[in-house]
Amino acid sequence: MVKAFRTMALGRAVDERCVNLQRQGRIGFYVQSEGQEAAQAGCGLAVDPGDWLFPAYRELIVALSRGIPLKTLIEQFFGNSDDELKGRQMPCHYGYREYRYVSPSSPVGTQIIQAVGFAMGLRYRGEKAVTVAFFGDGGTSANDFHAGMNFAGVYKAPVIFFCQNNGWAISLPREKQTKSPTLAMKAEAYGFPGVKVDGNDFAEVYRAVREARQRAFEGKGPTLIEAETFRIGAHSTSDDPSRYRSTSLLLSWKEKDPIDRLRKVLVERGWQTESEADSVRDEARAEVQKMIQDVEHAPPMDPSSMFDDVTKDQSLQLAEELAEFKEMIRDGVLKQ
Amino acid sequence: MTDMTMIQAINQALRIAMKNDKDVILMGEDIGVNGGVFRATEGLLKEFGEERVIDTPLSENGIVGMAIGMALYGLKPVAEIQFMDFIYSAYDQIVSEAAKYRYRSGGQFPCHVVIRAPYGGGVKGGLYHSQSTEQLFTSIPGLKVAIPSTPADAMGLLLTAIAHEEDPVLFFEPKRLYRTSVGEIPSSGQQIPFGKARVVKEGSDVSVFAYGAMVPQSLQAVNMVEKMGIHAELIDLRTLAPLDVETVVKSVEKTGRAVVVHEAPKFCGYGAELAATIAEKALYSLKAPILRVTGYDTPFPYALESLYLPTVDRIARGIERTATAV
Repeated sequence: MVKAFRTMALGRAVDERCVNLQRQGRIGFYVQSEGQEAAQAGCGLAVDPGDWLFPAYRELIVALSRGIPLKTLIEQFFGNSDDELKGRQMPCHYGYREYRYVSPSSPVGTQIIQAVGFAMGLRYRGEKAVTVAFFGDGGTSANDFHAGMNFAGVYKAPVIFFCQNNGWAISLPREKQTKSPTLAMKAEAYGFPGVKVDGNDFAEVYRAVREARQRAFEGKGPTLIEAETFRIGAHSTSDDPSRYRSTSLLLSWKEKDPIDRLRKVLVERGWQTESEADSVRDEARAEVQKMIQDVEHAPPMDPSSMFDDVTKDQSLQLAEELAEFKEMIRDGVLKQ
Repeated sequence: MTDMTMIQAINQALRIAMKNDKDVILMGEDIGVNGGVFRATEGLLKEFGEERVIDTPLSENGIVGMAIGMALYGLKPVAEIQFMDFIYSAYDQIVSEAAKYRYRSGGQFPCHVVIRAPYGGGVKGGLYHSQSTEQLFTSIPGLKVAIPSTPADAMGLLLTAIAHEEDPVLFFEPKRLYRTSVGEIPSSGQQIPFGKARVVKEGSDVSVFAYGAMVPQSLQAVNMVEKMGIHAELIDLRTLAPLDVETVVKSVEKTGRAVVVHEAPKFCGYGAELAATIAEKALYSLKAPILRVTGYDTPFPYALESLYLPTVDRIARGIERTATAV
């Protein structure tokens, strides 16, 4: 619980700082997880290191729960020469094989069916592990949600479908996404259980994920978990939610802040004092601040790296383009 | 050496690949009990079991997405899309996922998935069992595209796609040749490398570039014009991505004339890339304009397909005109 609180606080600190960095033009883009910390930590801490995660782009606290170093993530936000992804992706679209945290994309839902195929691979080789597909309420309308749920049901794949119903798919409210009374109930039609949990209650999410994991291990197949929560922030730094949702709704959810809620539990149970809890949040802010200072001024990416990793071996055409590109750089026609 | 049809060669290639490597897994619609609607996977379910020959629900994005997941894990999935015409619901998975995994992860997540699909006309398949849209895939960085024209090439290129390549491969099979193309197959099951075109017939007067079902058509046309004293060189590209630029350019430098044949529509078709490549690299060798003999820029017509697809006579006329243009 204390670990969860620290991770959630760290996530919140990253969000606060990075939105500002984007506003100041120091990073290009950012996606906040504010309000969804308990759902993400609940799932991220319930899975085992051997499990494979298929995140979307709003999963910061899952990544932190996974043990991906804060430094690695911030390097990705800046996309400079220290970025393991070589500056290929927008901020927040990070994946690291070492942490079994698969590389996400921007099209919504594509990872859902991939997580199913991956899970079938794990089972084929007899590995004791599961996959988790992450998506939101909007994702349940995507083609690959249907394909993923359907295939997983048919093949009883050891996969957990973890849906953070945060109320909004950019501007579209949950009620207009589907007429299904709940998202969890969609599982029934695919032949496996769906459970709805309070996504702002860390412990409830954690338990649901552990149970789903156990089911998958026992060969009973997939589970859909709907964690109901709320996206406090904008969809991304390119979005202005005041255009489509009311302040009163926002305020009603701010009162249910998952970090405050967990803090209350910790203090009530005597696991942390008020001042300890405060210092966790202060330390998180300081850590983020320091990390940004350490990372921001790394040299930019080597321009030629743009031509790497397209295919295993560079094609002759691409080698030719690279040679021409280098000439342009040399002659000053192209400047970084 | 034994004689086989192209579909038998593909079936045999899959069998060899599966015997050699238990990571090779097949998935697709009707590929198990039914052995595939064209019988490409005939007998494989019985031989390798349903864990490795997976009949899937009717969902192309599901088939490709599942295959991508297996490839990310480290298996070697070979997905069958029943007809190229049905591949478009999987286009998102192919273009945004398979083609980009390696790049977007800085090399951490290669995505070696092989997607087989019959393509092309000539079997009375109408609008939705005849299309030839390889250019939708050759224009995407990160994808490899192979199109065989003989049983031996089908086997050799497919074995390479499965056992040697480490990138996503689109393997388009000319369905009209499945049973009409019969040829010798080396019994050893040897691979044919990507990016190496095959000189089908040497010649000195004009270069003809083709792939897939247009290779045998073009060969007949080349033989026809030979009787008029025109010695055409026919080159089968075998893989469109990567393209064997060297062989293309060398041939044009020798002949000074080029005809490109494909059954896909002309506008922005693969022939446009070939013509541009020739113009960039061998313009001063050219003695005549480059000619494209292609399907027309219409949707694929059912009743009139024999007039839509490049015929031997139409190709021969193109070769003759290009060879004699002054």
